[in-house]
Parts: sequence; C-alpha cells; structure tokens
Amino acid sequence: MKKIFEEPLYPYARSPDQDCVHTIRHPVVVIGAGPIGLAAAIDLAQQDVPVVVLDENDKVSFGSRAICFAKRPLEILDRLGCGQPMVEKGVEWETGKVFFDERQVYEFNLLPEEGHERPAFINLQQYYFEQYLVERVRELEAEGKPIEIRGGNKLLRVEEKGDHVALLVDTPEGEYDLRADWLIACDGAGSPTRAMLGLDFVGRVFEDNFLIADVVMEADFPTERWFWFDPPFNRGQSALLHKQPDGVWRIDLQLGWDIDKDEEKKPENVIPRLRAMLGDEVKFELEWVSIYTFQCRRMERFRHGRVIFAGDSAHQVSPFGARGANSGLQDTDNLAWKLKLVMDGLAPERLLDSYDVERIQGADENILNSSRSTDFITPKSEMSRILRDAVLDLSEHHPFARPLVNSGRLSVPCIHDGSPLNTEDALPGGPARSRPGAPCPDAPLAESFLLRRLGDGFTLLTFNCDAPDVLQEDGITLRRLALSTRDDPTGALAERYLGEARSAVYLIRPDQHVAARFESYDEVRLRAALRRSCGKEIPA
Amino acid sequence: MSPLILTPNIAGADDFYAELLAVHDGLSKSESDAFNARLLLILANHVGDRGTLAAALEAARDTGAG
Repeated sequence: MKKIFEEPLYPYARSPDQDCVHTIRHPVVVIGAGPIGLAAAIDLAQQDVPVVVLDENDKVSFGSRAICFAKRPLEILDRLGCGQPMVEKGVEWETGKVFFDERQVYEFNLLPEEGHERPAFINLQQYYFEQYLVERVRELEAEGKPIEIRGGNKLLRVEEKGDHVALLVDTPEGEYDLRADWLIACDGAGSPTRAMLGLDFVGRVFEDNFLIADVVMEADFPTERWFWFDPPFNRGQSALLHKQPDGVWRIDLQLGWDIDKDEEKKPENVIPRLRAMLGDEVKFELEWVSIYTFQCRRMERFRHGRVIFAGDSAHQVSPFGARGANSGLQDTDNLAWKLKLVMDGLAPERLLDSYDVERIQGADENILNSSRSTDFITPKSEMSRILRDAVLDLSEHHPFARPLVNSGRLSVPCIHDGSPLNTEDALPGGPARSRPGAPCPDAPLAESFLLRRLGDGFTLLTFNCDAPDVLQEDGITLRRLALSTRDDPTGALAERYLGEARSAVYLIRPDQHVAARFESYDEVRLRAALRRSCGKEIPA
Repeated sequence: MSPLILTPNIAGADDFYAELLAVHDGLSKSESDAFNARLLLILANHVGDRGTLAAALEAARDTGAG
C-alpha cells in the first residue's frame, strides 16, 4: 500500500491564468501548502476571501516531522472546520517519564484541566495533519468557496510593488506571471520568498545534530512520552520516544556536532542504535529517518508591506516543546481576520502592524522557552552539565528539583499583554487568565462548549448582564452570546470569566482573544473598545 | 522579599565549615563538583524568594577574584 505521503494530493494542473494575455491579479496568494499555508488559506476562504496557494510539490510532508499538537491549535482547527478528524486520529497522552543514565528518575502527569473540549496534546504525524487540511480545502471548494491549491508551482521571483506584489511562477509547462494584492509567505524555515526579498533571519545556531526515526513496531510500550538524559544506549546524549497513530513510534536521538550525516542516516548505522534502545527482542521497521540541526531565530519584522510571513518562514525554534507548527497556526489565526478587515476597507492598514507586535511577542516567548530547553538538554559548558546532572539526580528523590528538569516546555498560547488592540482591564475581581490579550479559555456549557459558540466574527459575551443582541460600529458587526448561571453546569464559566465579579461583558476578537472586558454593558465604552481592537484608535 | 543576610548568621561557624570540608573527603574533583551543585540547588530551593536569590547571585559575582 502506498503511504499517504507518497500520493500526489494536489498534482499540477494547468491554470487558465497561464494562458491569459494580461497578468491575472488575485486578492491573496499563499506560498507553501504546509500546515501553516493551508490553515491561512482555509481561514480566509471560509470568510469568502479568494485565495490561491502555490506549492512547488504536490504531496503532503514526507515523514512525520511535526507530531505534537497542543490544545490551542486544535481549538483553532475547530474554528477552521477540521479539528475533529485530527483529534479522532491523534494519540492522546498525559504521562511522561524521565530517565537519567540507567534509571527512571521520575514520572509526571500533564494533569490537563477539566472542562475543555480538546485535550492538552495529541500526537499526529504532520502528513495526516496536512491531509486533513487538504480534505478541508476540497470540502470548501465543493461548497463554492474561493480557494485553490496549485501544485507544481514554484516561485521564481517576487517583488513588493507598494500597491501589489508581482510574482513569477515556474511550472512543468513553463513560467507565468501573477499579481497579488497580498502575499502570505508560509514557505518554511528556508523560505525562498524571504531570500528573494533579501530579508534578514538572525538568531542562534545550536551546534548539535539529532537523528529522528519513525519506527513501525508492535510493542507494548505504553502511550507515554519517554525522555532519556545520558542513557546507556546513547552515552552523553539524549533520546526521546513518543507514540504516533498506526503503531508508528517517533524516536529522537541526539548525536552531537562532529558527525557524518550521510553515514549516520544509513540503515546499517541507524538500526543498531535503535536495537540498543529498544532491546533485541523488539521487531521494528524503519519508516523514515532524518537528521536535523536547529536554530532559534526570527525575522526582525514579519510584515513587509504587502508581503506577510507566517510560521517557520518568520521564526524558527528548536523542536523541544512543540512550538513550531503550534505557533505557526497561531500566526495565521491572528492574521486572517485582520487581513480580511483591511481588505474589506473596514479597518486601517495599521491593524496589520498589530500582527507584528503580537506574533513577535509569541515568537520571542517560544524562542526563549525552546532555547532554555535546548540549553538543559545539551549543556554548553562543563558547569552547565554539572548543574544539569545535579538537577536530574535530585529529581529522583526530591520533588523540588522536578520543575527544573527541562526536556521541553510544551506549547501554551501567548497572552498579548500590552497589545495596542487591548482596552485596559475594567472587570474588578476578574480572573487573570481571561484578561485582555488572553485567548479565551474553553468551558463546558449546558449542551456544548464555549469556544464552539464564538465563531469567526466579533462576539460580545455577556454573563448575567443585559446588552443588545447585535451592535454595528463603522461597518463591523458585533454579535452577542448571552450566558448566565444556567449555562454553567460545572461552574467553570464563572471560575474562568467572572472570578469575584457578579457580572461581566467581554469583547472577543474573531481569533477568540479577549480585547476588552467590563463589569456591565456601557455602549460608549464598548464602541470605543471595538474601534481600538480594529486598529481604529491609537492608544494614548 | 526577605533581604539577603550578609552578616554572620551561622552559630558554630567553625563546626559548620569543618562539616563542609569533611563531606568532600575522599571525593574526586568531579564528585565534589556534583556535590556542590546539589547542595547549591537544595539551598536555593530552601531560600525560594527570587529577590533574595538574585541578591545572592550578585553578591557572589561581585566578590570573586575573576
């Protein structure tokens, strides 16, 4: 049977654009049909923004690559209409074990908070992730939504022209010109778009190599995340074992810096390493092997006129903590609604500058966290290794040391404190976790979950409080979701949104982040907050 | 924050210092380094307060020969 990543999913087909005498201009062109490019395209097309995705290949990603998807991105995928197949296929896990040398030093449970529709994490191969996104694209096409993927379309040249972007695209049948009002570059860490525009990408390179292998085996390892520091089968280095769907296990082995990559990748060298790790009696088959080095870096700005970067093309992190694809999905979640408002003439172009502010904050947080994990996993000096080993030794016996063990701080969404779109918190006693700038925490309602009820537009969420059902402000529609104690079977809503307050009014952005909150409805203040959240009022 | 104590605070200072030396007896350099690191982490956790810890880091940095 052919694997999904061997099957062309969006093979090259000639576009009428290639036969036009005049260059065709599209509202939005996305470069790259990876997870981030597809998410961006789906988000826009769902809102009736015509979008064309160009990718030089025609298949989903080869090998598992990104495998760990966190709760917030799953919630974003729910909004994009494709969270369910991901969660159904994905493997849920909660227990992690940490080994040092020959022994297990401790075990932890993620202890996800109750009352969320989505789990804290699922493991899912990137090829499935992309496949479900492509299926969602096909579904939207069938509904008549303006979305198109062009496989075998390679970007050769890109120029920002002030009022549009000019592209030259290569295909198996020759080159053609295209124009775009807006270009979203989701073409990965090695972004050709970024290189063609001569833009910077600076940061820190880590001198290390990791071997990643997808191994198919019938083994009774439990569904847990196992992390080894300095194990007997990989002395002086680290190792990670993680379960994926279909009996595929992901193994990461740290190799150090001075190695011969091509040699190490050969099955005759990989298999003995895996045998030493898994034991002689375990039967396994290699599905995919790759060696990677990594860097932590970002662009100085993500928006360059009408070219906007999202995902790895804008920022790159080490894999520890699953902050790559997870943060890229938060980029497009942040960008799509802003771009739509600007394109519709309902918000000034400077709203897009808040994408830079908010997602650079997110990228910096991710780079900080993943750099710290990397420094713990691969100590850079004798003293950092001594301290690291001391933490691990202590963690076996004393709980205090366990929070210091850092094998990856798993991805959590960024709270955009200080964003120019926020209105100052005006809910005395309100919970800190849902303050302006925060992503809305999910909570069970009587028959559904809160985030399911928020949708793609602006929401006025009211608790125990009167307000109009619809409000129009300068072309933007705000719809009310009225909730009361009756809708709160578990008390989680009150805990997550009211705190010590008795009533609350939340202004929620289309990306489900809180823009403002008040104790009661005040039309003047609310209208001002809505204008600010669209970049129409510059904060004092 | 509780202020960092930089005045004498250990009763029986000579005895404590002797104990500190004695635990290193018979240890190799790398075993002693590992011991010191564990001790440091245990004491730091006991202090807990980040302000006090920051003041301790600063005091240690500012008094070294390097």
